[in-house]
Amino acid sequence: MDTFKLTWNITETIQDWLVSIMSENAANITAMVLVAIIYLTLFAVAGLYLVLLERRVAAWFQLRLGPNRVGFQGLLQTMADALKLVSKELTGTVKADKFLYNLAPYFVIVTSLMALAVFPFTKGFQAFDINIGVFFLIAISSIGVIGILLGGWSSNNKFALIGAMRSGVQTISYELSIGLSLLTMVLMTGTLQLSEIVEVQKSGWLIVQGHIPAIIAFMVYMIAGTAETNRAPFDMVEAESELGAGFHTEYSGMKFAYFFLAEFINMFIIACIATTVFFGAWLSPFGITESIPWLGVFWFLLKAFVLVFLMMWFRWTFPRLRIDQLLTLEWKYLLPINLVNIMIMAFLVWQNLIIKF
Amino acid sequence: MGYFSNIYKGIKSLLTGMGVTGKYFLNSRKGAITQQYPDNLDTLKMFDRFRGEVIMPHDENNEHACTGCQKCEIACPNGTIEIIWDRGIDEATGKKKKKIDQFVYHLSMCTMCGLCIDACPTQAIVWGQNFENSVYDRTQLTRVLNKPGSKVRAGVED
Repeated sequence: MDTFKLTWNITETIQDWLVSIMSENAANITAMVLVAIIYLTLFAVAGLYLVLLERRVAAWFQLRLGPNRVGFQGLLQTMADALKLVSKELTGTVKADKFLYNLAPYFVIVTSLMALAVFPFTKGFQAFDINIGVFFLIAISSIGVIGILLGGWSSNNKFALIGAMRSGVQTISYELSIGLSLLTMVLMTGTLQLSEIVEVQKSGWLIVQGHIPAIIAFMVYMIAGTAETNRAPFDMVEAESELGAGFHTEYSGMKFAYFFLAEFINMFIIACIATTVFFGAWLSPFGITESIPWLGVFWFLLKAFVLVFLMMWFRWTFPRLRIDQLLTLEWKYLLPINLVNIMIMAFLVWQNLIIKF
Repeated sequence: MGYFSNIYKGIKSLLTGMGVTGKYFLNSRKGAITQQYPDNLDTLKMFDRFRGEVIMPHDENNEHACTGCQKCEIACPNGTIEIIWDRGIDEATGKKKKKIDQFVYHLSMCTMCGLCIDACPTQAIVWGQNFENSVYDRTQLTRVLNKPGSKVRAGVED
C-alpha cells in the first residue's frame, strides 16, 4: 500500500492541489493549461535535443564528429540554431494563399504535440488516459499530412506542390500498414486503452507474448513508421536533389523550424507507440524495478530512445527509394504481409497459443 | 517464388548494410576523419594531392625552373596565367635569349584544374598546400610568382 502512494497521476495531483485553493471549474481549466504548458516546454526542448542527437549520431555513422563547439560537447548548438531561426525574416511568395500558408506549420506541430498527451510515461504520468488511445493516435497522426498538403498547395510553387502530393501519396499509403500492424497487437490485448495495454504486458511484453506474428508486426510497424515520418530512406517529400526542399520550399525562419521540429517529435512519437504497444512501455525488464514506480519514466525513455536510434540507423544506412519502389513496397509487400499476419495472430489468440509468464 | 525470395534478399541486404554502418558507428571515436581546424594548426598537414594554389619553387640561390615557354599560359582555359617576358643577353653564350620578367597568377580566376602544371615541361610550377586564401581586397589575389631578382636555374633548358 505504501508503494502505491508513491505513484501519482500528473493531472489529478495538480487538480487536487488547485481545488484546495479555488473553485472546481476554475481549477479544471487551470490544471489543463498548466499540463499543456508543461508538455509544450518539455517536448519543445526534447525536439531540440533530438535534432542534436540526430546530428551527432549521423556524424558518428559517417566517421565524423558532429557539432561539438557551442557549449559542452555541442549541447547548446540547437538552442543557438533555434535562436537564429527566431531572428530570421519570414518570407513567402507574392500570390500565396496567406491564411493557409501561415496555418500549415501550426497544423503539423499541434497534431504532433496532441499525440504526446496519451502516452503512459509511467504509472499515472499520463495527461489524457482515454479508452480509445490507439485509435486516437492513428487518427491524430494522419492529420499531420493535411498540414503538409496545405503548406505545399498554398505556397504557389510547383516544387512545393509536387512535394506535398508525394507526401500525401506516401503518408496515406503507409497509414494503412501502421493501422494494421497496431490492429494485430490490439487483437491480442483486446483493448484500445494504452494504460490497459500496459497492464496486459505485466505477464510478458507483447513482442514476447505474440512471438512470430508480433515480431512481423513490429518490423512492418518500424518500416511504415519511418515512412510515415518522412524520414530517409523514405524522404521523397523533401528529396532535395529533385525538389529543392519539397513542401517547405517557400517557408523560412520559425515556420520552417516548426515543420522540422514536428518531424523530430513525430519520430519520437513513432518510437513511443512502438514502446507502448510492443515493449511494455514503462515496465522494467523482468520487473526488476517494480517497487520503484517513478523509474518507469527512465525505462520508457530508454526503450523509446533505442528505437529512435534504430530509425537513425536506417536513415544513415539505406539509400533513398524511388516513388514507384516506395509504393510497391507498401501495396505489394507490407499490406499483404500485414493481412496474413493479422489472420495468424487471430488464429493464435483463438487457439490460445500466446506465451504468458 | 520470386516474391518470397525478394523479401528474403531485401531483408538480408538491409541487415548487411546496417552491419557496415554499425561497425562505423562503434569505431567512430577512434577513426573520426574530421579535423578540428583552428585547434590543430600546428599539426595540420594537407594531402599531397591537395590543390591549394599554384606556386613556383625557388632554390637557395633564388633560381627557378621557368624558361618562359608560355605553355602554361596557353593551357589555361580561363586566362589565369599571364607571362610578361623579354629577351636578354645570356651570360654564358652571349646570345639573345627569352626569359620571364613577371609570372602573373590570378588566383581569383583559377579553377584549380591543373592543366598548367600538367603542361609545364620543366616542373617550374607545382601545387601549393595553402588553403587560407580569403582576403579583403581582390587585388591581393593577383600574385607574381617569380621572386624579385630571380633567374632560370642553369641546365634547365638543355
